[in-house]
Amino acid sequence: METLSNNIQTIPLNHYILLCAIVFSIGVIGVLIRRNAIVIFMSVELMLNSVNLLLTAFSVYRGDATGQVFVFFIMALAAAEVAIGLAIIVMIYRNTNSIDINVLNRLKW
Amino acid sequence: MPCSFKGGKVFANITMSTFYFIAFLSIFFSILVITAKNPVHSILYLILTFFTFTIHYILMNAQFLAVVNFIVYMGAILVLFLYTLMLINLNKESEPRKSNLVKFAGVIGGGCFLVTIVAALKAFGVSHPVVLQDPNLGLVKNLGKILFNEYLLPFEVSSILLLSAMVGAVLLATKDPKTA
Repeated sequence: METLSNNIQTIPLNHYILLCAIVFSIGVIGVLIRRNAIVIFMSVELMLNSVNLLLTAFSVYRGDATGQVFVFFIMALAAAEVAIGLAIIVMIYRNTNSIDINVLNRLKW
Repeated sequence: MPCSFKGGKVFANITMSTFYFIAFLSIFFSILVITAKNPVHSILYLILTFFTFTIHYILMNAQFLAVVNFIVYMGAILVLFLYTLMLINLNKESEPRKSNLVKFAGVIGGGCFLVTIVAALKAFGVSHPVVLQDPNLGLVKNLGKILFNEYLLPFEVSSILLLSAMVGAVLLATKDPKTA
């Protein structure tokens, strides 16, 4: 770890942005094409994580540790969100015996 | 990419090729997450994706975030996912598939989103490399000082958020006596 920190990375910032954009888009596509509520939830986690990685990359790029503190807050938020969301999914399953999101169209009208 | 730093070209090349290899693995596993038919396989691929993200954090020398990502995401959140999936009894017809038209539209939509971002990135021009100026930027000591000096109030508020999330999850998960 020490030797790693002494050496200097030469990866352009654009490549980090590109990687995170690709992973974020994969998360968006996952939300759009899946019907299983848990998989949709996992796609949301994927998006959150790509944003975390990009925030860290910007933080290292700018030499400012604030970005990494924000990543920490996002992680705490994601933990809370997962707890609530999975509880909701379990409740939905108990009521409808399915986690297909097309069952949940009663809020549509 | 020229490397005229004191660190040495060989090591920088190793770091670079590691980055591209791990980036490829990230994208590969995240595609597998959304395409796997079995949700359990999806979760396992998600664990692998988060592991590659941990390696990214280590490459950027964000050691605190690497450890937190490893413990919180891979250790806690994904185990929670797995438990929930095992609580929910998925039978044969429980993995619904969307029609091909909806899938196609979803992929087109996500692709348009990606193209927009990449085009904006092209307009951005050539970028400077990500250079770690301060080696102990992402260490626990440095981050803890910032967290408990400048961001003490958000830290406390996040503790309230976690508490309320816990109470809410317990309330939601307990069985309603009227419907039971």
